[in-house]
Amino acid sequence: MQAFCKLNGLVAPLDRSNIDTDAIIPKQFLKSIKRTGFGPNLFDEWRYLDHGEIGMDCSKRPLNPAFVLNQPRYQGAQILLTRENFGCGSSREHAPWALLDFGFRVVIAPSFADIFANNCFKNGILPVVLPAEDVARLFAEVAATPGYRLHVDLEKQQVTTPGGEVFRFAVDAFSKKCLLQGLDDISLTLEHVDEIKAFEARRKLEEPWLFGSSRR
Amino acid sequence: MSAKTLYDKLWDRHVVHCDDDGTCLLYIDRHLVHEVTSPQAFEGLRLAGRQLWRSDANIAVPDHNVPTTDRREGISDPLSRIQVETLDANCTDYGITEFAMNDIRQGIVHIIGPEQGVTLPGMTIVCGDSHTSTHGALGCLAFGIGTSEVEHVLATQCIIQKKARNMLVSVDGQVGHGITSKDITLAIIGKIGTAGGTGYVVEYGGDAIRTLSVEGRMTVCNMSIEAGARAGLIAVDAKTIDYVKGRPYAPRGDLWDKAKTFWQTLQSDPDAHYDRVVHLDAASIRPQVSWGTSPEMVVAVDGCVPDPAMEPDHVKREGMQAALTYMGLVANTPITEIYPETIFIGSCTNARIEDLRAAAAVVKGHKLAANIKRALVVPGSGLVKQQAESEGLDKVFKQAGFEWREPGCSMCLGMNEDRLSPQERCASTSNRNFEGRQGQGGRTHLVSPAMAAAAAIVGHFVDVRTLEV
Ligand code: SF4
Repeated sequence: MQAFCKLNGLVAPLDRSNIDTDAIIPKQFLKSIKRTGFGPNLFDEWRYLDHGEIGMDCSKRPLNPAFVLNQPRYQGAQILLTRENFGCGSSREHAPWALLDFGFRVVIAPSFADIFANNCFKNGILPVVLPAEDVARLFAEVAATPGYRLHVDLEKQQVTTPGGEVFRFAVDAFSKKCLLQGLDDISLTLEHVDEIKAFEARRKLEEPWLFGSSRR
Repeated sequence: MSAKTLYDKLWDRHVVHCDDDGTCLLYIDRHLVHEVTSPQAFEGLRLAGRQLWRSDANIAVPDHNVPTTDRREGISDPLSRIQVETLDANCTDYGITEFAMNDIRQGIVHIIGPEQGVTLPGMTIVCGDSHTSTHGALGCLAFGIGTSEVEHVLATQCIIQKKARNMLVSVDGQVGHGITSKDITLAIIGKIGTAGGTGYVVEYGGDAIRTLSVEGRMTVCNMSIEAGARAGLIAVDAKTIDYVKGRPYAPRGDLWDKAKTFWQTLQSDPDAHYDRVVHLDAASIRPQVSWGTSPEMVVAVDGCVPDPAMEPDHVKREGMQAALTYMGLVANTPITEIYPETIFIGSCTNARIEDLRAAAAVVKGHKLAANIKRALVVPGSGLVKQQAESEGLDKVFKQAGFEWREPGCSMCLGMNEDRLSPQERCASTSNRNFEGRQGQGGRTHLVSPAMAAAAAIVGHFVDVRTLEV
């Protein structure tokens, strides 16, 4: 996994609550058996005027000029600013894969759906939860300031505005460590192999029906 | 020892290791695998040169991509075919039991788990699919995970998680005649909102929940994710035990007796603490119909499409306005004046035998209304289909003009051929009415099977309780 420490990035505002993973990456693109290449289809139904299918050359498709990510001032954005319950719906990890492939490393919102936030951490994307009032203020600042950038520092757990205002955010220690160091959590878990084996042996005694022998 | 909720008990029994900050390794008893979210996980396992931890904990089935029409020719869409073949190959390589596409036991992963007894009380269950919450109806801890976590489970039989908070949703009293578990779950989401359960594991209780069949409880737990919860669960009772008994993967003989004794302890302690408690009055729940593009945008069938102008919060107001535009609806329209053209009876929410019986009871002796262009019944599994056919339900549907299909996810998300066209309006028994969910530009109204059947024969949404059936 790509590590994440700090970032000074252009902010794109997506002013909508309850954005679901079907909107982030529509189902037709889930037929791919790869982890990469989803960026051109991020928010496909909002971003293009035609209907997208897997394998299409997106550079030739008609863009929806009204969609925020198509506006010239937000080209190259690495921070997505949005509203509550971002990433609700399906557990598809294709959603963070698409965000990452597009170039986003940080998503700021008042709340995230649980599985989505988890999937972000596993892919080097930092989901930042800020109070709804602060998010509303950031929306206003982005709208008023072309080229608006934020400085996000994971180590210090803070977001700094161009005016020097600082917002603190919470992040759990384990996810922070993994993200800062780009750690593969399977290797970390495998450090506990003996514990897992001992646990499993105990479980076999306590609930033996959960193991192979009871299968038909 | 202090009193514990059912979630506390299930959690505590599965913690392998816990760090000071509360990050735990949780042991997983059952891992369900389907074709869409697993290929990258198996690939990751291979690339890292890792072994599968425990093959007998895994059960696989293709469901999202499979065609629901004649399967003798195989899958015509090459991408879907590759995905299903990739699952077949991974299961063969790793020695994982798979109910392949032409196996009678094939079906939607969340239908076949309980049906086969692969889902058992007291287990931890994960699947790379958000509706894994369904299985909690049997008193187990079940949640959806992403593909990285699928790989983590394949490699370690554990997931890394922090404990969620406890929430109780109590549906007090009894629902009126003709009110189904789907109406209960939609009413809950309408009340607490799609983020109302975020950060919680929700236990459903109250008399109305206890009265539900185990299948009805699955419908309620299924949509926990639509309320934002990590999982939904319901305490074990005699109905749970009866449901599990004799299923192919359930224990037998001495093991059955031992398991049963243990399962009977799987309830919350009477004085257990919940971080949040929500009460609903069952008697006030009426048949529900969603009008917008989020499951919380739902009203009773005798209500009207709400008016955004009445909403003070500007983000919500704009969301409502966008939903009305997308849905092609005008504020204040009575729900009974909305005319679907397509009916979909299926999905892991409502494609079990009881659902098909409920819909067939309404349809029996009637024909599709003239404005209904297409009506599909997609059983949740091959065995549900077989059972329905043995009861003659297929004939009831076909005589009314419905199509009787092969099992799978189908038009719940339209990864196969079954999808809505732009602006096509559908009464659907599935769980998500998101934009484009059933097909780009498609308009979904979430309802119970009986309500979908009623709309099919009348041509518009109607309170099923007013029909003579
Ligand atoms: S039926 Fe729908 S919600 Fe259920 S697993 Fe399939 S696609 Fe997901």
